[in-house]
Amino acid sequence: MIRKTVLYLLLASGAVLTTFPFLWMVTTAFKTLPEAMSPSISLLPQQWQWYNFVETFHAAPFARYFYNSFLVAAVVTTCVILSSLMAGYTFARLDFPGKGVLFGVILATMMVPFEITLIPNFVIIKKLGWYNTYAALIVPWCANAFSIFLMRQGFLGVPGDYFDAAKVDGCGHLRFLAWIAAPLVKPTIITVGLFAFLGSYNALVWPLVITSEDEMRVVQVGLTFFWGAEGVRVNLLMCAATIVILPTVALYSIAQRHFLEGSLGAGIKG
Amino acid sequence: MDEVLERTRSRAVRDGAIAAVLLAPSLAVLGVFGITPILGAVYLSLFDTHFGAGPFVGVGNYAKALTEEDFWKSFLVTFYYSVGTIPVGLVLSFAVALALFRILRARGLFRTMYFLPYVTSAVAAATVWRVLLHPQIGLTNLVLQWLGADPMQWLLEPRGVLYFLTDGRIPPTIGPSLSLCCVMLFDIWHASGFMIVIFLAGLTALPRQLEEAARIDGAGGAQVVWNVTLPLLSPTIFFLTVVSAIRSFQAFNSFFALTGDGRGPLNTTRNLTVYIYSSFYQFGYEGYGAALAALSSLAIVTMTIVQWRFAGRRVFYE
Repeated sequence: MIRKTVLYLLLASGAVLTTFPFLWMVTTAFKTLPEAMSPSISLLPQQWQWYNFVETFHAAPFARYFYNSFLVAAVVTTCVILSSLMAGYTFARLDFPGKGVLFGVILATMMVPFEITLIPNFVIIKKLGWYNTYAALIVPWCANAFSIFLMRQGFLGVPGDYFDAAKVDGCGHLRFLAWIAAPLVKPTIITVGLFAFLGSYNALVWPLVITSEDEMRVVQVGLTFFWGAEGVRVNLLMCAATIVILPTVALYSIAQRHFLEGSLGAGIKG
Repeated sequence: MDEVLERTRSRAVRDGAIAAVLLAPSLAVLGVFGITPILGAVYLSLFDTHFGAGPFVGVGNYAKALTEEDFWKSFLVTFYYSVGTIPVGLVLSFAVALALFRILRARGLFRTMYFLPYVTSAVAAATVWRVLLHPQIGLTNLVLQWLGADPMQWLLEPRGVLYFLTDGRIPPTIGPSLSLCCVMLFDIWHASGFMIVIFLAGLTALPRQLEEAARIDGAGGAQVVWNVTLPLLSPTIFFLTVVSAIRSFQAFNSFFALTGDGRGPLNTTRNLTVYIYSSFYQFGYEGYGAALAALSSLAIVTMTIVQWRFAGRRVFYE
């Protein structure tokens, strides 16, 4: 009993310590500037400044940044789900010459560090005339090896009998994939989608390198530059950080139940 | 007989065609933006380009990098960072996962709280830390003040952490700077959620009989963890080590967002990735940047192979 209590106390203090920066961020976002600038441990603002959020959107084009980020992340997520559904199904269920080698090559791209592809990709994008465009922000991320791998694992879990039964009824691969197999791997789709969204929304290096115009900036880049411009206005800075974090936290809490433990655990074990 | 063979063959052809169609989008993207650039990088690294043009220099860029002090300095920063974050992160995350696994009530709540830093972007989280660690308005110096200690410069401090820990007996240029240590601490905090969830998944999948058997044989709690749980979890630990090692070699976002330019005070947080970024993007040396990236990739691949060969053998699979 005592040991359980100690365990709970340790876990709780660790959890509070872990989440403290967020708590501090949210409450500072509501403080007046003088209060935010004077360090004190009193967490709650003396007066709640709701107007700070309006002011943040005036101080920098965050509405535009959000529009860019959501547009890019939504398209990337959709494309990653579709491309990995198709490729994952192919590697799990279809036979064709060179399949093993091809899968190996795709997996190898996962091992290659992104730094090495950064500069040539920058050059490719410039040659294509895509610099400062949505295409540059979206197209290179529309497929990735990790998602294909997870999706293949998901489809391997679908019993082969299902397909045989469907085939007897005259159902080909494409219809089987779209109407029967895809709905069966829903947890994997959610995991792949969530990772794709988080990866795209939270990305910094690529959008930083590939865009230079303010109206093409995504929120992460915008927030980085916001520090330079508004570094002294701590309350607005914390407002900006809060609104940047909010969508991912919301998405995570919605998807949480279906996510990770099941599909990832299966992928890791030897 | 012939008819059967014919039908099988035509089905194989049809399957091949379907496979080609289904794979086309993935292969197009991965081919153009995943595989071509690798060859492109190697090609580019043979030229001494400055803002897009320059002569062929063969392995000149590589020779320059390997003989240049800045390259080795950034390599050392990367090394400090890996050594400083991975073991601490693994131990802390395992402890939390084990504790979470032992409790029943409020497990979901705690898990969400510990996972929170991981779902937030490094940029936004770093913005918060940057203010918390600010020498004038930050909370950390306020705490130090209460404890009666002198305020510190934290992220702006180029002097070594060992210098402070030993009261100046070790010269300030030895070891990682305090600034770099702040970045490390941030990374441990930011990445631990992922490790905890993976550890939890591993713990959930473990066969319980072995632990129970050990307990019946009279093993204490710590003995069970050390002799039974940890060996059984070795695939998970190995996976996390490999992934974190690769990740730590590619770390950029936290460096960039915490220090403003990635390089930090007196370049003491300039790791390999930041060095690559500034070589090609700020100073326009694409060829040299590509050579640096190739060297960094080579280091990562070598490190991963070494891990597979030496640690991979000791990993216990059911």
